Amino acid sequence: MPHEVDMTRALILSLTEWWRQQTDPRPVARVVLAVGQFTCVEPDLLRTSFARQRVGTFLEGAELAIKDVPFVAHCRRCDRDYRPDLGRQYACPDCSDPLGEIRSGRELKIERIDWAEMEPIDPEPIGERVYA
Amino acid sequence: MPEASTLAFEDSPAIDGVLLNIGLLADNDDLAAVNRARIEAAGARCVNIMSSPGSGKTTLLEATLAAFAGTPRIGIIEGDMTTELDADRLRSHGAHVAAITTGRSCHLEADQIAAGLDRLADAAGSLNTFDLMVIENVGNLICPAAYDLGEHTRVVLVAVTEGDDKPLKYPIMFHGADCVVITKIDIAPYLKIDLDRLTANIRQVNPMATVFALSSESGAGMDAWLDWLRAQRA
Repeated sequence: MPHEVDMTRALILSLTEWWRQQTDPRPVARVVLAVGQFTCVEPDLLRTSFARQRVGTFLEGAELAIKDVPFVAHCRRCDRDYRPDLGRQYACPDCSDPLGEIRSGRELKIERIDWAEMEPIDPEPIGERVYA
Repeated sequence: MPEASTLAFEDSPAIDGVLLNIGLLADNDDLAAVNRARIEAAGARCVNIMSSPGSGKTTLLEATLAAFAGTPRIGIIEGDMTTELDADRLRSHGAHVAAITTGRSCHLEADQIAAGLDRLADAAGSLNTFDLMVIENVGNLICPAAYDLGEHTRVVLVAVTEGDDKPLKYPIMFHGADCVVITKIDIAPYLKIDLDRLTANIRQVNPMATVFALSSESGAGMDAWLDWLRAQRA
């Protein structure tokens, strides 16, 4: 079982907890994740897992949008950023200094949610039905 | 990644939403911090050992337990998908072992370590009994890299039979390692493996890691590993 299934479960649990704490929780149209290229997470598997696991939750009508964050490293010797070639070359292409500081690509976070355009509803019945 | 995954609506003021910036694994990371604090409070430290299946994690631990002969005192949390075979091998050396069968899941998570610590504390009377907690993660070079378990150091094993390009194929795992152990060097002469190239590939993704090359069977290179592991204690 890919870890994306477990990560999707964690995603839905975190969002449910957050959503229940809102004063006027509304249906969610979109969940936006930021997933770096230097993580072991496959966006397509997250999308598939989310489509399956959202059923029966307050996220049933929500789509999962995934921002693909590029892998950028910084070469201290050249004092410049570069894009490592995943699977082949991680050292600086100019001076061959090994992979050091990573500027981006490690992100794995729920960045935002977008509300659907609807009136506020009571969260409890839906929440209880699913997670009781 | 296809361009389609890039969001067209980013930063659009027309959208009614809420910025969250919650880590996807925030709950796991919080629990890992609790585990770490608990282990420190018991006067111990924790080492998380990871590798592909068959790289020699259990064999290295067996050789380590035999060499230590009870000092330092090691508590082991053993992750295995379905069996307790590895745990039984380690128990035969007299170590306290909490076996965690992960079922279909391919990695350990922090809540499972918390349960493992409970069981080790019960079995030994207290966590204070231990100088060092060792987690043997599920054999996998991908998923375990994403999960903080509450360890203080990460050890990644790579056997000479795996080829010298493993660090390039699984850079996240090797990049996150504090220590990389090249195992089974006694059979390297019979293989086409280029140990210098393997080491260079490890260095390319992780110039900071401590690197050892050893054989748990012949004992070659074991002393340096044992000294390093002893030094991981509090």
